[in-house]
Amino acid sequence: MTETDPPLMRATGLTVRYGDRYGCQDVSLTLWPGEVLAVVGESGSGKTTLLRVLAGRLTPEAGTLYYRDAAHQEHDVFALPDAARRRLERTEWAYVHQNPRDGLRMAVSAGANAGERLMANGVRHWGAIRASTRQWMERVELETTRIDESPATFSGGMQQRLQIARNLISGPRLALLDEPTSALDVSVQARLLDLLRGLTRSLGLATVIVTHDLAVARLLAQRMMVMKDGKVVETGLTDQVLDDPQHPYTQLLVASVPQG
Amino acid sequence: MSHAIHHADAPVLEVLGLGKSYQLHLQGGVVIEVLRDISLRLNAGQCMAITGPSGAGKSTLLRCLVGNARADSGHIWLSTINGRVDIANANERTLLRARRELIGWVSQFLRAIPRVSTIDIVAEPLLAEGVPAEEARHRAEVLLARLNLPTRLWNLPPATFSGGEQQRVNLARGLICPRPLLLLDEPTASLDLENRDRVITLIQAAKVAGSAVIGIFHDPVVRDAVADHCLEVSPLVSL
Amino acid sequence: MSDAEFNFAYLDEQTKRMIRRSILKAVAIPGYQVPFASREMPLPYGWGTGGLQVTCALVGPDDVLKVIDQGADDTTNAVNIRRFIARTTGVQTTTHTTKATLIQTRHRIPETPLKAGQIMVFQVPQPEPMFRLEPRETERRRMHAMADYGLMQVRLYEDIARHGHVATTYDYPVMVEDRYLMSPSPIPKFDVPKLDQSPALMLFGAGREKRIHALPPYTRVEPLDFDDYPFERQRWESACALCGSRESFLDEMIMDDAGTRQFVCSDTDWCGAR
Repeated sequence: MTETDPPLMRATGLTVRYGDRYGCQDVSLTLWPGEVLAVVGESGSGKTTLLRVLAGRLTPEAGTLYYRDAAHQEHDVFALPDAARRRLERTEWAYVHQNPRDGLRMAVSAGANAGERLMANGVRHWGAIRASTRQWMERVELETTRIDESPATFSGGMQQRLQIARNLISGPRLALLDEPTSALDVSVQARLLDLLRGLTRSLGLATVIVTHDLAVARLLAQRMMVMKDGKVVETGLTDQVLDDPQHPYTQLLVASVPQG
Repeated sequence: MSHAIHHADAPVLEVLGLGKSYQLHLQGGVVIEVLRDISLRLNAGQCMAITGPSGAGKSTLLRCLVGNARADSGHIWLSTINGRVDIANANERTLLRARRELIGWVSQFLRAIPRVSTIDIVAEPLLAEGVPAEEARHRAEVLLARLNLPTRLWNLPPATFSGGEQQRVNLARGLICPRPLLLLDEPTASLDLENRDRVITLIQAAKVAGSAVIGIFHDPVVRDAVADHCLEVSPLVSL
Repeated sequence: MSDAEFNFAYLDEQTKRMIRRSILKAVAIPGYQVPFASREMPLPYGWGTGGLQVTCALVGPDDVLKVIDQGADDTTNAVNIRRFIARTTGVQTTTHTTKATLIQTRHRIPETPLKAGQIMVFQVPQPEPMFRLEPRETERRRMHAMADYGLMQVRLYEDIARHGHVATTYDYPVMVEDRYLMSPSPIPKFDVPKLDQSPALMLFGAGREKRIHALPPYTRVEPLDFDDYPFERQRWESACALCGSRESFLDEMIMDDAGTRQFVCSDTDWCGAR
């Protein structure tokens, strides 16, 4: 990996407006394969809006977004035909919702949830699907004995793990995580963060993680972007931004975190 | 894959006109100038001690050298046979790469990822270089043994260790891969005399292997044992 | 009103043209559900109004009509529908599959192989195969538009996980020409292979849901399955008690209060002819 490797994703001047209010304003970023970028800010900062734009789920009124696929073809995400985008969504992209119920099918078993992408991508061997889903359940530390149970019977932490397995089973290259641990108890968060850290590294996943928790950013991300009122106020390496904050808002954020 | 360390007498580190201020927006925007026009040169195999009173900016200087503190002015040239990089003005990816491949950094306090065992923390830089897991683990064990860290602690995360134990984990992680530049911030502050002496030996070995070493040593014995040069950082009078 | 005062086949000519246009569209896109302006019929919804409208739009004075319900010509529903069409058209009716030009059916395909020139009209309660799996219609439409049918495969996966085999025994989902996922109406699994490459024209009418879909002659129809759990035809252990057939779909009849059982062909015409 060199500095001259082409980036996985290039966003320029992304702007979303809700009436007079900016969801996000003139946001640009570049993401390379294998790196983790944290987007940090408080509620209303625009970080989730930004994530949804990066996922192609919200069309900006201005700005461009390019994604380089596994075949090294660069695509304008918002010019992609629906079918092509849906294909990327179930192969190369992962999107993990804050509330796992938004990212799972509660009426269907855990195994079916985990294996759906395989089936959607044309895998037709039941035994192979079953084996893959078992493997992935183990990888996210879910008991495989519960493979046929509905996720409605799972705890929040387990549901979140299942959502992760469901997304990663297709071997994505880009992961977008929307506050993946915020809905969980503190002790459960820790385990999940470890899992995410391990997976992003072992899979070389380019990841954008939205969080309001600076400790999560420090743990998982090499780079960090701070957002306030829809704008990016500071970027840099995570340790730079947290240890040597430049912008007044960043200094406020950092100072607000009780030092453990 | 390692970056060949220079022959002795080739400058590895050249700092030119480094300046760093902090603007404290939470305190009315007051600007505190910490470093002004700092310059230094250091060759491979040499050690420079940064001295000066507490609060003068020694740690800030060290943190600038690793890119953690953002320099306002000046250059920090880090050179190897493959070329050179200006830490003070590098883009994010270049800086990440430089840290990974060129700089060993032992901070004053251990800030390790929670719930990861000591042996894994220490082996990690080797794994990042592509060393096979078995060998990385073995080398980590050897180093921890040299630092006299009890074996019963090796498989535990260091969060509950004593200050001295944590410091030795920190040192092991920073020293395990030879690097062109080695930065040490109070490496023996929490150690007893016996362990201090072990650390001195390790620093001397790093110099022999070709690393340029810059450190803050509160203990004059350590400083005298390892440092070839001193750089005094004086507190600045605010303008 | 006397019988003579109804239009031929009950529907007005404009309605027939509208339905025929929808049928043509359906034939042009095999397996695709074409919306149509379903009319009020003198049957409640759920009793075959869709099939009836298709039949009435197509029937001509020279047609020979057969109507079956669960394979039998003599059940109440079959009798009523056949009589209704006969009264409003005067066409010849028959119970013999071989003699019919137009066959309306609920829940079965006759055992006698169909010939080119014959038309089968199916009564369909719910034309959407993914109705229960995906509650949002917008999403279902997108899935059809993109041929994004992983969800249906998920349903089959669940069956195998739960029961060791696909538990669906009727209204088995099929892929038409590798493009559209289609509900073949609640015919038993047993009948699904008869759809593939049939020389007859198959039309499917759903009155309440206001959809028509179609399989033109010689269309490829494949039931969904897994490579290691392939589609299997239903089998019975016994033969038909009346005609001895081992190849037809058998109904289980309870003969007396003691619970004696007998298996007989569901297709009364087929059974009687043997």
